[in-house]
Amino acid sequence: MENEKQYLFDNPRNVKRLLNCFYVICAILVVLDFVIHRHIVHSWENLWAFYPIYGFVGCVVLVLVATWMRTFLMRDEDYYDPNGSGAEGGAHDVDA
Amino acid sequence: MTPMGAALKGVLMMWMLEIPPFVPFFIGALIAIFTRGALRGAIMLATPILSGLHLWGMPEGIHLQFAFLDYQLLPYRVDKLSLIFGYVFHIAALIAIVYSLHVRDTMQQVASMLYAGSGLGAVFAGDLLTLFIFWECLAFTSVFLIWARRTEKSYAAGLRYLITHVLSGVILLVGALFYVAEHDTLKFDYIGLDGIAGWLIFIAFGVKCAFPMAHNWLTDAYPEATVTGTVFLSAFTTKVAVYALARGYPGTELLIYIGAAMTCFPIFFAVIENDLRRVLAYSLINQVGFMVVGIGIGTALALNGAISHAFNDVIFKGLLFMSMGAVLHMTGRINGSDLGGLYKTMPKTTVLCIIGAASISAFPLFSGFVSKSMVMSAALENGHDWIWLMLLFASAGVFHHAGIKIPYFAFFAHDSGIRANDPPNNMVLAMTIAAGLCIAIGIYPSALYSLLPYDTGYNPYDATHVLAQTQLLFFSALAFVWLNLKGKYPPELRSTNLDFDWIYRRAVPNVLQKTFSIIWKVDGALRKGFLVRLDRCLDFIAQKNGGISNLLSRTYPAGSMVMWVAVILAAYLFLSFIR
Repeated sequence: MENEKQYLFDNPRNVKRLLNCFYVICAILVVLDFVIHRHIVHSWENLWAFYPIYGFVGCVVLVLVATWMRTFLMRDEDYYDPNGSGAEGGAHDVDA
Repeated sequence: MTPMGAALKGVLMMWMLEIPPFVPFFIGALIAIFTRGALRGAIMLATPILSGLHLWGMPEGIHLQFAFLDYQLLPYRVDKLSLIFGYVFHIAALIAIVYSLHVRDTMQQVASMLYAGSGLGAVFAGDLLTLFIFWECLAFTSVFLIWARRTEKSYAAGLRYLITHVLSGVILLVGALFYVAEHDTLKFDYIGLDGIAGWLIFIAFGVKCAFPMAHNWLTDAYPEATVTGTVFLSAFTTKVAVYALARGYPGTELLIYIGAAMTCFPIFFAVIENDLRRVLAYSLINQVGFMVVGIGIGTALALNGAISHAFNDVIFKGLLFMSMGAVLHMTGRINGSDLGGLYKTMPKTTVLCIIGAASISAFPLFSGFVSKSMVMSAALENGHDWIWLMLLFASAGVFHHAGIKIPYFAFFAHDSGIRANDPPNNMVLAMTIAAGLCIAIGIYPSALYSLLPYDTGYNPYDATHVLAQTQLLFFSALAFVWLNLKGKYPPELRSTNLDFDWIYRRAVPNVLQKTFSIIWKVDGALRKGFLVRLDRCLDFIAQKNGGISNLLSRTYPAGSMVMWVAVILAAYLFLSFIR
């Protein structure tokens, strides 16, 4: 594997660059909140950085709840057919 | 319309009579049975193109009707609502046919043509009986796209799928019969939830629309279908149901709550699901939820939003299913736990998948944005604050699981070591067409808006909407990045997650099995006890009788009785002779 081609994200610096870029955009979006005048339909929208906070908190809660759901919903992969045909992985489409 | 367009339209009108759009598809399927190879491919491609051109020249109105048992049947009714679904079904059929051009499987190819035709038949059906016929056709044709995978799992999933859909059809038929009794007409227009007919038809539509608790046919069957079959499946069945709800139940308040539930609960399952096509199946329910909310609100803006979102969803969900199909086709794997790093050797699929992901997440300049925002605005304008908050949460959630999780775990994440190439050209072409449409509609929404039933003058691109949506999405992404860096993001695990289908796949069979085994045990014991008692009783009587008289004794063989009867009869005969 030594001579294998180096791809874009094999270099950790590129990942870092992408993330930094992303953080800057996030910061700009929050700042824009003060610059751009919005038409407010609902009073909640007046709250400081309502959409960013809602998006962030919403997704964290989503992931935490989903992870917690795993504790009682997760079963073996072949739960429904314990002596299944083991089609997993070999199930190609039928074609020529 | 330009003069050239008008002239072309005129020519089209002349050389084609008013043929309902399902007819060319059914004829195409018939020809496909008897042709092979490239010729079959050409015929399958030509069908949606010619039929689509024909539909484009079709004016609104009722184009076909006849009487059947005192009732007017309208198999071909064209209005703005049915037309827009007709257009998108043609586009979807064309894209899916291009995507499946490499397939050489008569069963699958014929079934897909019949399935697309049935979908078109259903949206142009002007009466409930015709609707019922195509409703059942949809079930019976699409199940072959699942069975064509030819695995035990797909066979079982297909069977469950078929049972659910046939049941939905039967409920629709019963509802239609009640409707005739109540209203003395079969015409399919606004139905509403008063009367038993209204409820029955509502339930039938709801099952096909994947309402909560009736949704597992979708998450169960779609990931088990073939690579190309799922692309067809994702386009038609649920959208026919959305169309039917939009025609029969606009403004039904109950739909708002059902739809909001549909937008929210699947995203939790999608986050922990490993099979990436099943993740997409959950997100399909989530997107249909937005449409159902729009129909429930029922204002012009909300209905426009619901219908245009259905239009866009057919294309971007098709694109996502195509990109995951390409991954499955090229690697033979679809579980997030087995994939990763595919961007290195599948760059085209990666880019096209990201376009689909951006569209479903409703990024500005992509198609989802111009339709979803209408439903959200309508929810807010009509005072459904909590519903609006749920939709906002669902918007963030859909970006999280369909927009980030799908591309991230398939194409990036850890390197799985798989070095699969981009799929065959026809698959790439189909995905490119879909991606082109996603961007085109996103940049120039007026073209789509002009097809909608109402003129609301809505403009999605004002600073408020764009900024709010971008902030929401970027900070959802920030949550993903943060959780991932902290190691808090749930890893992809090989697993089955229990959902409502556990009730009928496990709980009910188990309870029934236990109940029956108890019933059989009790029954066996009772019979045995009864037989023992009967035996004793007979013994007792025989003993008594034996004591009284030898003639009545049980110990005599039956043969002796027969002999004595014969003797008596012979005696009678003898007496009759001598008299």
